[in-house]
Amino acid sequence: MPNIMEIQDVSKIYGPLKALQNITLAIPPGQWLAVMGPSGSGKTTLMNIMGCLDTPSLGEVNLDGVKLSGLSPSGLTALRREAIGLIFQQFHLISYLTALENVMVAQYYHSMVDEAEALEALGRVGLGERARHLPRQLSGGEQQRVCIARALINHPKLILADEPTGNLDETNEGLVMEILHGLHNAGATIVTVTHAPEVARHAERVIVLEHGKLVTDEYQTHPAHRPSGAGSGAGAPAGAGPGTEDGPAAAPETGPQGAAGEAAAPEAGA
Amino acid sequence: MQGNTKFLGRMLLFSLVRRRSRLLVALVGVAVGATVLLGLVTLCYDIPRQLSREFRSYGANMVFVPDGGTGRLALASLDRAVSLLPAGGLVGVTPFRYEAVRSHLLPYTAVGTVFDSVRRTSPYWRVTGAWPSAPGELLLGVDVAEATGLSAGSPFPLDGRNSSMALYSGEFRVTGTVATGGVEDGFVFMSLADMESLTSEAGVSDLAEASLTSDSEELVRIAAGVRAGVPGVDPRLVTRVTRSEEQVMGKLTALVYLVTLVVLTLTMICVATTMMTVVLERRREIGLKKALGAGNRRVAREFLAEGLFLGVLGGIAGSFLGLAFARIVSVSVFGRSLTPEPWLIPVTVGVSALVTVAACLAPVKRAVDVEPALVLRGE
Repeated sequence: MPNIMEIQDVSKIYGPLKALQNITLAIPPGQWLAVMGPSGSGKTTLMNIMGCLDTPSLGEVNLDGVKLSGLSPSGLTALRREAIGLIFQQFHLISYLTALENVMVAQYYHSMVDEAEALEALGRVGLGERARHLPRQLSGGEQQRVCIARALINHPKLILADEPTGNLDETNEGLVMEILHGLHNAGATIVTVTHAPEVARHAERVIVLEHGKLVTDEYQTHPAHRPSGAGSGAGAPAGAGPGTEDGPAAAPETGPQGAAGEAAAPEAGA
Repeated sequence: MQGNTKFLGRMLLFSLVRRRSRLLVALVGVAVGATVLLGLVTLCYDIPRQLSREFRSYGANMVFVPDGGTGRLALASLDRAVSLLPAGGLVGVTPFRYEAVRSHLLPYTAVGTVFDSVRRTSPYWRVTGAWPSAPGELLLGVDVAEATGLSAGSPFPLDGRNSSMALYSGEFRVTGTVATGGVEDGFVFMSLADMESLTSEAGVSDLAEASLTSDSEELVRIAAGVRAGVPGVDPRLVTRVTRSEEQVMGKLTALVYLVTLVVLTLTMICVATTMMTVVLERRREIGLKKALGAGNRRVAREFLAEGLFLGVLGGIAGSFLGLAFARIVSVSVFGRSLTPEPWLIPVTVGVSALVTVAACLAPVKRAVDVEPALVLRGE
């Protein structure tokens, strides 16, 4: 199974500032990768490049077999629309639309709105009852779960989560991580950007950036939380397969197989 | 696609309805522009009709004289000429017959006319005392009154010779004096019937003044019709009056259009400023939409659709307010109600929509330039 994302010798240079320097990275399908590092280390820049929101100054990025360097801005937008699900620290819900409509916005820009499907996605993150509420009527945790439902609605190949629990209290952080675990167990490929070690330890692979350089790339043998019944958990798509619990060698085999076979999240919409 | 179109409509509606305060500012701006636009254009259409009535206070704008400039005008011919004038636009026609008379051996010009018509065609006549209303009564021009020292109630004997050189004489009584600031101040006015009876000659006048509410182009057409249709009558336009009317009307119309243009420009600035604020406020939303896969064209289309919606809504509201505004102005300034032009409503809505969309172009450019990576950055 080819890698979902391949980053080859990528640098991002802003005048005298080198935000990223010669980053090389491959993310196999079904992997949960955490990108760590202090402020200004280049985490967000790397995530923007992965999410087709930015382009590298040097190097090559390959997303789902498509070379990003050959794409026009509209081509990048189209690829982002098809392949990426974005989860933001600040949720970025549209204030005048209900939770349900916020999820439908992603459908609208992707292909076709489907209210039942959007409602189902909200149900999967435990917000079926809150679908008709405006963002201001929702707690931070609920807003983040709407954001996750929106990111998942088009079945993206890669979920990018930028500090997904950065604005949440401990309880909501737990809920969100539970959902991400459910997704991962269903075979979703996830990249979380965080500076919090307690968030990063949920991932099976952690890379650390410092001053734009990749200084650490480690696989965790015992990730923090791996619910056994994740398939029926709040965030897991129905019928999700088993997750990856092994080291780096196991990730490409077990995760994507489960996803390809049953999961709605990463493959079904491809 | 129908579901998507419906959803776009929902998004647009909610973006306006659930953000009422911003909507209201833009909507009021557009509605005020539309109100002034429709109000002033309606007035522009109605002003010629309204003012032509007002202009009639300056006196006649057409004079009928005998064809060839000599001889006298037969009243029967005059009646035929009057029958060719547009009944709806005719304020009045007044015949004038001039006779050289003497009083106490002093020469005067006596004018026989129809006083009821004079009041309509020459409303600028200022009469002190009373208008003659019975046989044997006359009005003195103020210069005559001053020279003779006569006033209301004074006797005024007259004598003269008619066209057959037969001598005539009569006793009259002064009812008042008339001042016009023109040659009339040196004349003596009596009813045409009195003059006919005095001179024993009937059925003629020297000229007739007509007052019509038509514009100068129409007057020319009417004059041509009368000239062709009634032999012996030569209709002439009083160019001093018609030109003045044309000039005043032209200037007033130009002023109204200028004000309309200024108001439309201000509307455009107001809408552009509001939309610019909207774009600034919604940079994150725009960034999010782009991050979710909305292309530049789609973002632009949505903002333009929002502008169009505002323009149409403001245009409809402004149209009705504009009609009310025009009605109020018409009644309070001209003292008459106006006839609304229904076709101006869709035109106003169209212009409002166009102006609003044009005002949105710069803000839309701004929206399209939003970089999602920059505006969605975490803190």
